[in-house]
This record gives sequence, C-alpha cells and structure tokens, in this order.
Amino acid sequence: MGVKDTGFVGFETKNETGLITTRLDEIVRWGRKNSLWPLPFGTACCAIEFMGVVSSKFDISRFGAELVRFSPRQSDMILVAGTINYKLAPVLKKIYDQIAEPKYVISMGACACSGGFYDNYATVQGIDQIIPVDVFIPGCPPRPEAILHAVMKLQERIDKEPVPKRGVHRRHEVVEKLRDT
Amino acid sequence: MATRETPKHDALVAELKNRFGAKILDVDRSFDDCTVIVDKASIHDVLAFLKNERRFNLLLDIAGVDCMNLPKFRERFEVVYMLYSIPDVVRVRIEVPVSELDLDIPTATDLWKSANWGEREAFEMFGFNFVGHPCLKRLLTHHEFVGHPLRKDYPLMGGQWCATTSDMTEELNEPR
Ligand code: SF4
Repeated sequence: MGVKDTGFVGFETKNETGLITTRLDEIVRWGRKNSLWPLPFGTACCAIEFMGVVSSKFDISRFGAELVRFSPRQSDMILVAGTINYKLAPVLKKIYDQIAEPKYVISMGACACSGGFYDNYATVQGIDQIIPVDVFIPGCPPRPEAILHAVMKLQERIDKEPVPKRGVHRRHEVVEKLRDT
Repeated sequence: MATRETPKHDALVAELKNRFGAKILDVDRSFDDCTVIVDKASIHDVLAFLKNERRFNLLLDIAGVDCMNLPKFRERFEVVYMLYSIPDVVRVRIEVPVSELDLDIPTATDLWKSANWGEREAFEMFGFNFVGHPCLKRLLTHHEFVGHPLRKDYPLMGGQWCATTSDMTEELNEPR
C-alpha cells in the first residue's frame, strides 16, 4: 500500500535524511480536511442527534471534527441542525458571513434541507435559499452514521478543491478576474 | 359525567350570571369544561372579578379564534382567556366575540403579568389591539413581518423574507 493511497499526505519523496517533500496545496488540504472545527447551529431536535455524534459512542473526533466551537470566528464548518424560520434566517446569514474562509456548510435533517414537514408562513423551505450548502443530510433526524458520512463526503470534497492563492497573489488573481468581466 | 370541578363550575356560572346579567352572553358546558362567553364591553370587569374575588390567580394562556367560514358564529374573531385557580383547583375559559371592524379590547396586563406575552402573541397572529398594553409589538414573528398569519385569509405558505436581525433590548428595559 503506497502512502498516497491511504489519503494521508501526498508524499512524493522521503529520503534518508528524514525530510519529507510534498506540494504545498496537498498539505494545506490535508490539514483542512482533518481538522474541521464545527459550529453547531442547532435549533431543534436534530441538534440532539448531533450531541450523540460528538460523544463517545459515535465519536466524531475519529474524523478530526470534534472541536465544537460556538463562535463563527473560530470555526470553519457550520452544521445547520434543525428548523430554520424566517425570523432566524438573517441570523444564520450573519453567522455564515462571519466565518472566515475557507468555510463549509452541512445541512442536517429534513428541516434544514427543505423545510421538512413545516410548509407554512414561518419556516424557510431549505437553507440553500440563504447560504451555499456543501453537503445535505436527509433524515428526520438523520442517524449519527449519516452525519459521519457527511463529514467524510465533505473531506473528499475538500481533498479535490483547489487551494486558493493567498495574500498579494490572491489579490492579483481577483483583480485579473475583475478586469476580465 | 361529572367531574370534581363540576359543582364549582355550577356555582361560578350562577354567580357570574347573577352579577353580570345580560353581559354573560352564553355558557358552554360541553366535555365537562366551563366556557363563559362574555360581552366585550364588560370583559375587564369579569376578569377583574375572577382574579380579585374568585382567586383565579393564574392566566394560563390567551388565544384567538378566527371564525370565518364556521357554520355559526357571533363575530369574526374570538379572544379566549384560559384561567386557573391554584387554591380552588378549578379552571374556566372566558370567550369574547370581537368584531372585525372594531379590534380594540382592554388589556389584562394590569391583572396578570403573564398577559403581556399572551396578548402580544394574539396581537401578531390575529391583529387584536389590546388597549393599554405596555409594549404591544410582535412576539414570535419578525418585526418586519406584515399581516396576521393565523387569520384564515392569510396565505398558508406566506413566508416573508426579513433582512435584519432583531434583539430584545426594549423588553429587557421594560419596568418589571
Ligand atoms: S428534520 Fe426532524 S429531527 Fe431534524 S429538526 Fe426537523 S423535525 Fe427535528
């Protein structure tokens, strides 16, 4: 089994001096996907299920996503678990906006994905109307395994995404793009 | 079938009829409950009497009913007060018909503190104007929300997007 097959780090060479060489975006992606800091935006029963995933029986820390933060400034994965109503929609948007890039969104449960069985004047019919969603989890509530599956799916996705340039290089890129349009 | 509350209800209904006469429009005793239908003009007197002289010290809830399209009704709306007496272990329901053309109704916040949020909810859902309420604004829906969602002529899926977040500073600063 090659080291790369494990999905661990994209090692390219490991020489006898003990130095490892790899590409920067590989190691950045590896770091990102294995230390997702979730922000649980729990508003209803689905949030209870999330507690199950974090605690010892299912143990989301096996996937590196156990460090639950309640501040958008300290997290990079927002897990929307529960019913979102129109009064809460601006709050969710504001919190999403406060998360620093890169940020990922998991929509957990029928309510967050589509409004669930609440089709009335109060309930938003799916949070993808407000914020971009990376992974949807169906279920009412989803099983804890489904949440772990969603985290794995998100990790796969992060593994494939290009790492954006940073600082002045990023600015050049953005300026170029704006000039084109 | 009678329950332990039935004799207390009998006594209470007799007393209310005796005291308020024609202002008690009707009494409904179905399902062992006691529902007293009161004219709007004397609702505050009836509630004050029950609170101060008949020890109904708990206002459980204030609800609204939209009677549109019902086979029989007095007025378009009803305001319903659910009262409970902890010392006497008895509950009673007071109903007030409210016309669509005159949605004013005296507040009960001077009698029970819990009327504050109950009336705010009834206001936002049906549009009753509780005269004398200290802070009559929307409780559950967003402050940018327009209309009264539990009215039968409000569209069932009439969600409204709101742009701002809101806080509760005004409620926190309210005198207690
Ligand atoms: S999807 Fe089901 S379990 Fe989850 S918040 Fe909605 S009603 Fe509750």
